[in-house]
Parts: sequence; structure tokens; C-alpha cells
Amino acid sequence: FRPCPIATVARRESRSHAGDSSCASLAMAEVEETLKRIQAHKGVIGTIVVNAEGIPIRTTLDNSTTVQYAGLLHQLTMKARSTVRDIDPQNDLTFLRIRSKKHEIMVAPDKEYLLIVIQNPCE
Amino acid sequence: MEIVYVYVKKRSEFGRQCNFSDRPAEINVDIQPDPGLTANFIERDPIDAGIQCASDMSEHEVNTERFEMENAGVNHLEGGWPKDVNPLEMEQTIRFRKKVEKDENYVYTIIQLGSLMEHCIKQNNAINIYEEYFEEEETADVADEPPSAKTINVFRDPNVIKRTATHLSWHPDGSKKLAVAYSSLEFQRSSKDMSYDSYIWDLENPNKPELVLRPSSPLVSLEYNPKDSHILVGGCYNGQIAYWDTRKGGQPVELSTVEFSHRDPVYGTIWLQSKTGTDCFSASTDGQVLWWDIRKLTEPTETLVMDISRKGVLENALGAIALEFEPTMPTKFMVGTEQGVVITCNRKAKTPAEKIVGTFSGHHGPIYALARNPFFPKNFLTVGDWTARIWSEDSKESSIMWTKYHMAYLTDGCWSTIRPAVFFTTKMDGTLDVWDFLFKQNNPSLNVKVCDEPLFSLRLQDNGRFIGCGSKRGTVTLLEVSSGICTLQRNEKNLAMAMFERETKREKILEARHREMRLKERTKAEGKEEDVKVETEEETPEELLARVQKEFFEIIEAEIRRKERAAKLSKPQAKEITDENEDEDEDPYKEE
Repeated sequence: FRPCPIATVARRESRSHAGDSSCASLAMAEVEETLKRIQAHKGVIGTIVVNAEGIPIRTTLDNSTTVQYAGLLHQLTMKARSTVRDIDPQNDLTFLRIRSKKHEIMVAPDKEYLLIVIQNPCE
Repeated sequence: MEIVYVYVKKRSEFGRQCNFSDRPAEINVDIQPDPGLTANFIERDPIDAGIQCASDMSEHEVNTERFEMENAGVNHLEGGWPKDVNPLEMEQTIRFRKKVEKDENYVYTIIQLGSLMEHCIKQNNAINIYEEYFEEEETADVADEPPSAKTINVFRDPNVIKRTATHLSWHPDGSKKLAVAYSSLEFQRSSKDMSYDSYIWDLENPNKPELVLRPSSPLVSLEYNPKDSHILVGGCYNGQIAYWDTRKGGQPVELSTVEFSHRDPVYGTIWLQSKTGTDCFSASTDGQVLWWDIRKLTEPTETLVMDISRKGVLENALGAIALEFEPTMPTKFMVGTEQGVVITCNRKAKTPAEKIVGTFSGHHGPIYALARNPFFPKNFLTVGDWTARIWSEDSKESSIMWTKYHMAYLTDGCWSTIRPAVFFTTKMDGTLDVWDFLFKQNNPSLNVKVCDEPLFSLRLQDNGRFIGCGSKRGTVTLLEVSSGICTLQRNEKNLAMAMFERETKREKILEARHREMRLKERTKAEGKEEDVKVETEEETPEELLARVQKEFFEIIEAEIRRKERAAKLSKPQAKEITDENEDEDEDPYKEE
């Protein structure tokens, strides 16, 4: 009797699929791990990833706070970047740190995304 | 000699148009110099002429127009989402987010940014870059800067007819609001169109008052309840008391009945310390001090007549203008009267006669302000006529310290809440004086011209830094004093205490000496009466009055001449101005 051909085909298919998505899922896993690692550091209150339109993609804070931070910091980062480039067009903004009485807001800008971390520095 | 020019024109040429034509220049008159006149002039050689090689500059002031601001709220909706995603739908937003997360660029970017971010986070955790080293070393207070005061804000009376800002009261929590009572204190001078409103101002918004209080009669005094910051009590021009709750709006919650209220404007209202926090008392120039419970304003809970002969007769009573109450001494209070006498009273005395404990007289005119020193309650400040005086409760005959007689009438005063040796006074010429008697005793340590019209009221904020001054035209100016005036100096309390004690002792010694001298004179007079009938010229009252008037004017004339001489030596231009001012100041007080 012939063995069930569907199962083997299915296995083959799943193997190929696993091949494609493996790098994607690996990468995604790495992203997850990076964000988790950042959140786990001492003093970190929250992490937000914002895209170019100001939409929060990933966040560990509640929605209203996230939306507030995303909107405000996005504008500020744009302004800071344009300031740096106005002074010297070859220059560009690499990092933005805002230290306030209560905590420190760190913004890592990129062409399309923004990584925002709020940390309570050890004092 | 008539100068006439005759010319002839044909009648047919009248009305003809003018034909203008060019012609070269023509000398009409040529006046040659007359050499004979040189005899009148002397040649001067060399000549001093001033030249400055500087550009011409002119001064110009520009003031931006006041713009009105109003706070309004805006409602935001979430935006930035692409058109096909509805931000309210959870599914769509989650799907969008998942899609972004699968993007390769996203993954790469996050990993890059993540490592950068981690570096900074670890930096933060490793060392605190804003650590304060050597925190214990306190930088020595460099108080070399001279005292100064700066105007922060000006609140003007929005009505067309301006009224005097007669009383100010700061909000008890945080002092972000100021309640100002407006009324016209000039007798029968208030017009029909004058508004009765008083305002509560928010310091951030000087254009529009935060709350308008609408009493039935203009308010002369207004006080916040220190226990409940929503309640205010106000004394009206017609003698009634009213109280407001700011949560309920601008109409008074309750008004006292006219029959049981004062008969004259209520110049002082103060809240008392009580368990319920609803007790207050008020004083007016009709000679009464009334205690009220604001829950029942139909009649006062207690009355006291300011009769120093202690008989309680209203006709002999002195009109009360200033009221003083210190929460640390709840049974005692003081009243400053129109006749220049300060009356100390004890509320808990058994009979009305015993309620009036003592009197202090020394002012020539009404006492407009009365305040106890917050650090040394035994000493209090009175402001009236042209001086400010400091008294001690132990010395009843006279004040222990007093300022010189000023050129303008003093209208209000108060102690500083931070420094025991500093007090503030306002005058009718629109200036605010800051006195520091540990530093300088003859003159105020700072004299600030606040505005051109007379200042009527003064109130210091609890932190001692901000002062509100109310003027005759309803302008309340908020001033900030320099830090030297509102920070406690080293050893100040001890020095102030030593000064008070020393002055009190001096007064006591003088008192004792006077008593001795009087006793000696009396015994001498008694001895003489039996031997010789002393012929004393009995002066009739008219002669006495004439003699006193003549002496008074002589003194004034001598003073004017002395000032003129002093002014001539310093500034010749200012002389006329000060002279005019002096003349104007004299007239209202001639009759006193």
C-alpha cells in the first residue's frame, strides 16, 4: 500500500514555509528580545516605538500616556533634528535626552521610526 | 507813513488768465554791512565751543497693546493613522501594527536603535551625572545688593468710573488669587453709575477678574476664611456684613439684617479661630464691634461699644477703623480708632466694662492700620497721620519707636511675615516704604514709587515676597521684593528682640521720670497756693485758639523756609515742585 502522500507533501510544505518564515520569525524574536531586554533594565519605566506618522507601534505603557508621549516627542525630535541640520547640514541628530525632575526621556531617532524610553535614573 | 503801491490796469484786462514767464534772479534789496556798528562789538579770541563727535540719537518708547487672553480647551482625536484604518477599531489597529512589525526595515532599525539605547541606559545606571558634590557647604548669602522691588503685574478696575481698592486679601492656599474690595470712601461723592462689584483676581490673568462679587452696597473690607478657602466675608459701605461662597457664584449667600448691623461703613472684618470656623467679627466707625456667626447673620452674637469711659454709652464711643486679631492669642484683640487711640480688649471678660482693658493714645489722626509683629506679639505697629509707630504692650504712655513725620499721609502698613525687623507702609503720594529698623532707623531702607495716585491698601503674601498695593483709582499693583528683604538674616530675631526690649526699657525709664517730675510739681504747687495767690492770666478759648494758630503757622513757615534753603543748595529746579506740593498738603490739615 502506498503511504499517505498528503502527509509527506504537507511536511515538505511546512518545511519550506519554515525555511521562509524562520528568518523573519528569528528576526522578530530578536526584536522582541531587544525590547524586553531594554524594558528589564534598572529604572526603565516604559518603552515606546513610534513610526514616522506618530503612530505608536509597540508600547509598554497605557494608551493615553503612549499617545501623548508619541505625539509630543515626535514633534520635538523633528524640531531638534532640523535645528542640528540647520546649523550644519552634514550633521544629523543621533540621540535626544531630556532630563526632568522626575525622570529621563531618551529618544533614539531614525528615518522612519522612533524608539522612546523613559527611565528613572538612579539617585 | 502809509505804504501804498499804486498800479494801473485796464478794465478790459480784468479776469484775464495769468501768463507766467521766467526771468532771472533779481536783487531786490542789498543791505551792506555798516562798519560803524563794529564799535559795539569786541573781538573774542579764543572762543570755547563745545563739539561732540557722536551720532544724534533720539529716545522713543514703544509699548505693545494689551491683548486679552482667554483659556479655552481643545478636544483632540487620535490621528496619523492611514485612511483605511479606523483608530477606534481595535482589530484594524492591531492588524496595522502587526503588519509594520513584520517589515524588514522595522526589524533592522529596532535592533540598531536598541543597542544605542541600551548604551545610554547603562550609562544612566552607572553614574549619576547630576550628582551634587559638597552639598553641605552652604554658599554664603551675598546680601550686598541693595533692596529693590519690581512690579510683576497690574490689575486695573475694569469699570469706567474708578473706585478705590480699599482692602486686599490673599487666597489662603497657595496665594494664587487675590480678593479686592472696591468702594468709594469719599463722603457722598459716589455717583449713581458707580458699580458695586468687587472682584477676585487670578494672578495669571490680569485682564479679566476670575469672579465678580455683587453685594448690595460697595464692599469696604473683604477677607478670605483661612480655614475654608471658598468662603469670604465682606463688610459693606452701608454697615451690613455679607458672606460669599465662591462655589455658589457672585451673589452673597447671606446678608446681615440692616437693623442689627453697623450704622457706618464696616472698615474691618476678621475671621476668628473657632472650632466651626464660621465666626468673625467686624468693626465700624459707628463705635461698635460686633461678633457674627455666618451661619446666622440675622443678628450678631455679641456686641461691644468702644467707649473708653467703660460705660457703654454709644454717644461717647470712638469710631473704629482698624481691627487686629492674632490667632495665637484668641481672647485678646485690638481696635484702632478714628480719634487716634488704640484700645486693647479682652473678649472673655465677664462684664462689658471689663472688656476694655487698656488704651494707647499717641496718634493725631485716625489709625489706618494695626498689626502685631508675628514674631513678637507683644509689640504692634500702628499707622496713622504722618507717622508709623511701634508700641509695646508694657509701655502704655507712649510708643517705643516711631518714624519721622512724612510729607504725605500714611494710609496702610503691615509687618513682614519672614523678618521680624521689617515692615511696609504706603503713603498718599503713591509710594511704598520698606523699613528695616535694624539697618536704618531714620529713613526707610527702600522707597518705591508704585503709581501716581495715592495708595490706600497694602497686603503682604504669606511667603513675604509678593505685595499687593491698592490705589485710589482701583489699580492693584503686584510687587516682588528682592531676596534681601524676604530672607531671614543671621541673628535677626535676637537683634530685633534686643532692640524692642531696649526701647521698652527706655520708655519705662522716661515714664518713671515724668511721673516723678509731675509729683514734684504738684507738691510744689500745693505748697505755693497757701502763701501766694498766683496770678495766672486766664486765657479765653478764643485767645488760646488764636495763639495756637499763630504758633502753628510760624512753625510751618520756618519749616518751609528751611526746606527751601536745603533745596536751593541741592537742586534748583525741584524747588518749585516741592513748594507747590507743600502748599497743597497744608490746606486740608489747617483746620485740625
